[in-house]
Amino acid sequence: MAPVIQTVNLTHVYSPGTPFEQTAVDNVDFAAERGEFIGIIGHTGSGKSTFIQHLNGLLKPSSGRVLFNGEDIFASKQKTRETRFKVGLVFQYPEYQLFEETVYRDIAFGPKNMGLSDEEIDRRVRDAAGFVDISEDQFEKSPFDLSGGQKRRVAIAGVIAMKPDVLILDEPTAGLDPMGREEIIGNIVRYHNSGENTVIFITHSMEDIARIAGRLVVFSKGRIFMDGTPKEVFSRAEDLRSVGLDVPDITLVMMKLKKLGLPVDDSVYTVEQAKAELLKLKGRGKDV
Amino acid sequence: MFKDITMGQYFPGNTLIHRLDPRTKLVLTLLYIIVLFLAKGIWSYAVMLAFLSVCVILSRIKLSVLLSGAKPIVFIIIITGILNLFYTKGEHLLFRVWRISVYLEGLQTAGFLILRILLLICCTLLLTYTTSPLQLTDAMEALLNPLKKLRFPVHELSMMMSIALRFIPTLIKETDKIMSAQKARGADFETGSLRQRAKALLPLLIPLFVGAFRRADELATAMESRCYHGGEGRTKMKQLRMAAADWAALVSGAALTVAVVLLRRAG
Ligand SMILES: Nc1ncnc2c1ncn2[C@@H]1O[C@H](COP(=O)(O)OP(=O)(O)OP(=O)(O)O)[C@@H](O)[C@H]1O
Ligand SMILES: [Mg+2]
Repeated sequence: MAPVIQTVNLTHVYSPGTPFEQTAVDNVDFAAERGEFIGIIGHTGSGKSTFIQHLNGLLKPSSGRVLFNGEDIFASKQKTRETRFKVGLVFQYPEYQLFEETVYRDIAFGPKNMGLSDEEIDRRVRDAAGFVDISEDQFEKSPFDLSGGQKRRVAIAGVIAMKPDVLILDEPTAGLDPMGREEIIGNIVRYHNSGENTVIFITHSMEDIARIAGRLVVFSKGRIFMDGTPKEVFSRAEDLRSVGLDVPDITLVMMKLKKLGLPVDDSVYTVEQAKAELLKLKGRGKDV
Repeated sequence: MFKDITMGQYFPGNTLIHRLDPRTKLVLTLLYIIVLFLAKGIWSYAVMLAFLSVCVILSRIKLSVLLSGAKPIVFIIIITGILNLFYTKGEHLLFRVWRISVYLEGLQTAGFLILRILLLICCTLLLTYTTSPLQLTDAMEALLNPLKKLRFPVHELSMMMSIALRFIPTLIKETDKIMSAQKARGADFETGSLRQRAKALLPLLIPLFVGAFRRADELATAMESRCYHGGEGRTKMKQLRMAAADWAALVSGAALTVAVVLLRRAG
């Protein structure tokens, strides 16, 4: 079966033919399979946001193609519009796009644009709100009266309500406290597990992404610099540093320990794994 | 759609034109516009064209960039050209199709008019392409300074203008972003009846206004916490200074005026 979403030789040039010309995405070949949870990381300005806006047809490639289930999403206007509903995109700081009078109506905006029946819309709004822990007694509130974290969850629900096959989020945890981040990550994982949904997640937090993604794609200067499991990517700490990134703190700790002569695996990247590693050491007893 | 707006964009550079004092450039541009309306006959237009061409060449702004800035008004240029071509009566009939006759005089008027509009646009674009918005407002404040005696709020006005100018790109970016975000939820800004389209703008306008008010509020707080209290006793970090090149530029502007006035008499 064809990958659910795929790009072929994707290139995007901003302001071509002016002094401000800039190639933000440079010849990127990328494919995501159904059910994958992919983290995209990369230094500021590496082209992550530009790249993902092609996946649902918001930006048109300067050259190259974008395929959804093997079909070109720019084949016709109709096709592009359909893809918008199948590939849900949550922008950075999505809370600034809320506009309706009530939370309920804001979440219903997407499904309504899809032309669904009232019952179906109602079902989807309730489902989506459930995913992001927005309770029904908040439905009639104005979205502008919610807290920052709640606003953001409502905005994410507004995209989840379209039941996209691919959910893409641009730095969904930026600017939240640890608790708020934890909640949002939990919500997204819940959506991912609720079916064969693909999730693509841009982040600057190595800690967050290390725990939840099954695959990491590293962007640098508009190209894919690395692509692999978190273990593979974080084992190349030097290369990551060369493109302005770093490994999770816990990996750094383990690397230090290894340097100090402890026989530990330094490519672990979550606290749980590190704990298991250290307990193994303890089990081995006196030779440490 | 908003990316196409290049009118009034600044292209940084370090040419003679870029380095001129913004006051000089502003005065010269105004003078040029006035003289443009005095011009009459082929020779005065030739002088005007030559003067601007030299400025453009000195500024190293590409002609294509300059002309693409005039794109938004191509339609107006064409319409005025056509109207003048067909509605000017004269003595030398060129040709006649059905009931429309075209005279040599009409061709001339239309040609001069189009040239005048183009020169007008290009000289103002040259000003904004080579002068940063901040320099422009500085120049405006300096030139309006005498009005302070009449209790005219010159400083406040120029502060408002520089803030507005500073936030135009931000607002355009913001508009673009909100538009994309709503499109990602299936919003459709491009099709439907006028009524539907107006309604479709709400998801764009509401967040835009909420954001603008939030910004204004934040900016006010930021300015106050840095003790901003109006123009009283405020000095400038970058003092405007007239250099030799500025005087030379002003003299050449005066020469241009004299030349055009004389040619107008002669022609
Ligand atoms: N609308 C635009 N017009 C012109 N250039 C742009 C535009 N958006 C982005 N760019 C440029 O394209 C490059 C890639 O930007 P992009 O936003 O895709 O990076 P990013 O990886 O998402 O960065 P960040 O981590 O800061 O969000 C940057 O150098 C940026 O300056
Ligand atoms: Mg980004």
